[in-house]
Amino acid sequence: MRILIVGGGTGGTILGNNLARRLSDEIRNGMVRLTMLSASDKHMYQPGLLYVAFGQMMPDQLYRDQASLLEPGISFHVDPVTEFHLDQNHVKTKSGKIYEYDILAIATGARIVPQEVPGMSEGAENFYTEEGAVSLHKRLMEFQGGTVAMVVSIPHKCPVAPVEAMFLLHDFFKARGIRDKVKLRYHYPVNHVHATANVARWAKPEFDKAGIEYETLFNVKEVDPVKKIVYSEEGTQCKYDLLIAIPPHRGMETVEENKLGQGGWIPTDRFKLTMNGHDNVYVIGDATNIPVSKTGSAAHFEAEVVAENIASVIKTGIPVRQYDGKVYCFIEAGYDRATYNAFDYVNLPDLKPPSKSIHWFKMAYNQMYWTTVRGLL
Amino acid sequence: MSESRIVDARNTFCPGPLMELIANVKLAGVGDVLELLSTDEGSAADVPEWVHKIGYELLGSEKVEGVWHIKVRKTK
Repeated sequence: MRILIVGGGTGGTILGNNLARRLSDEIRNGMVRLTMLSASDKHMYQPGLLYVAFGQMMPDQLYRDQASLLEPGISFHVDPVTEFHLDQNHVKTKSGKIYEYDILAIATGARIVPQEVPGMSEGAENFYTEEGAVSLHKRLMEFQGGTVAMVVSIPHKCPVAPVEAMFLLHDFFKARGIRDKVKLRYHYPVNHVHATANVARWAKPEFDKAGIEYETLFNVKEVDPVKKIVYSEEGTQCKYDLLIAIPPHRGMETVEENKLGQGGWIPTDRFKLTMNGHDNVYVIGDATNIPVSKTGSAAHFEAEVVAENIASVIKTGIPVRQYDGKVYCFIEAGYDRATYNAFDYVNLPDLKPPSKSIHWFKMAYNQMYWTTVRGLL
Repeated sequence: MSESRIVDARNTFCPGPLMELIANVKLAGVGDVLELLSTDEGSAADVPEWVHKIGYELLGSEKVEGVWHIKVRKTK
């Protein structure tokens, strides 16, 4: 039985390590071969980028060698897939190699495409890449006063990140002693300050208390970096001195080039996590088109379900459970407070009041992540 | 030629039905019709408000067996 995992991010790594443990005997006696292909020899802790933007983490703290995170039973190769031949159960890689499989798991993630919004690449900062987070931090440190505007594109990874960034901006400028010289403006694409009703109900009065202005139903259309104005599809505009954009996202190029899904999002059964029409192809994390948050948390819980099911199918012939839509996300409410958002397909998030203890747990989790991807937590 | 597509956002809370609709609208062509399926009661008011503000066409909104079916045409 050949299991091939394409992608070495959060989902792919948890899936690989979980499978390697569950199938250790089968791997040892040669019944199962577990292979992972990735585009990089490094693994990035992406939630750390927000902290880099505010000078609370250094970029080198975000990385580990991917090979160091993997169980010995996984055959790991830095050789990204260029061609998917799902009807023939094989993929072709950049180096020209062919990898055949019986079970394929696609965990290729998502990428930012600021270039899809005219002027965004030139006119806006972001914290979705290392380069972007470092640049934003420099701009924030140099900022002496004026309007800092946040705009949010759809779709995007980590739906709570824009809210967290606003609270961190408030505390950042307070700490620098210039909060009274900074106008914070938040622009959001739907009718409320967050897409999730309970998060919006909590965040709106918190914004009011912090003096953060907001405009809803603002979908970014264009940025004019010369005039420093951002325009919405709905016909409104905002003049800014520093613009922070949550850029639009797409699935990876290889997914689009192989026509696996429009926008790079692969049509996936939201319960079984199999690709529609391909029962031996699983899809997890940002690469799916299922209507849950594009976050490491969703990838984590999806990976555990897929690992249990693949192992069970190999051992007993049938899967054991379905993905229930579970997601758990911390929400930083400033420098020293946080809450969390936990929900699934049935249960609405029930937000707790922010506390210092949840913030410090998030700080600890920033380190504990490395045990999560090893499949230990 | 315009197309029709279903956006199945039933039983989802984050990023939620309107976000799913907007993400799909961005991938659709001008003239395409999108039918949002939502179990979120807020969609009944939120989606028409957005459609009106952005200037698209609301083709219909009805609740069938607990599910809102909201049809929108992308007009520009």
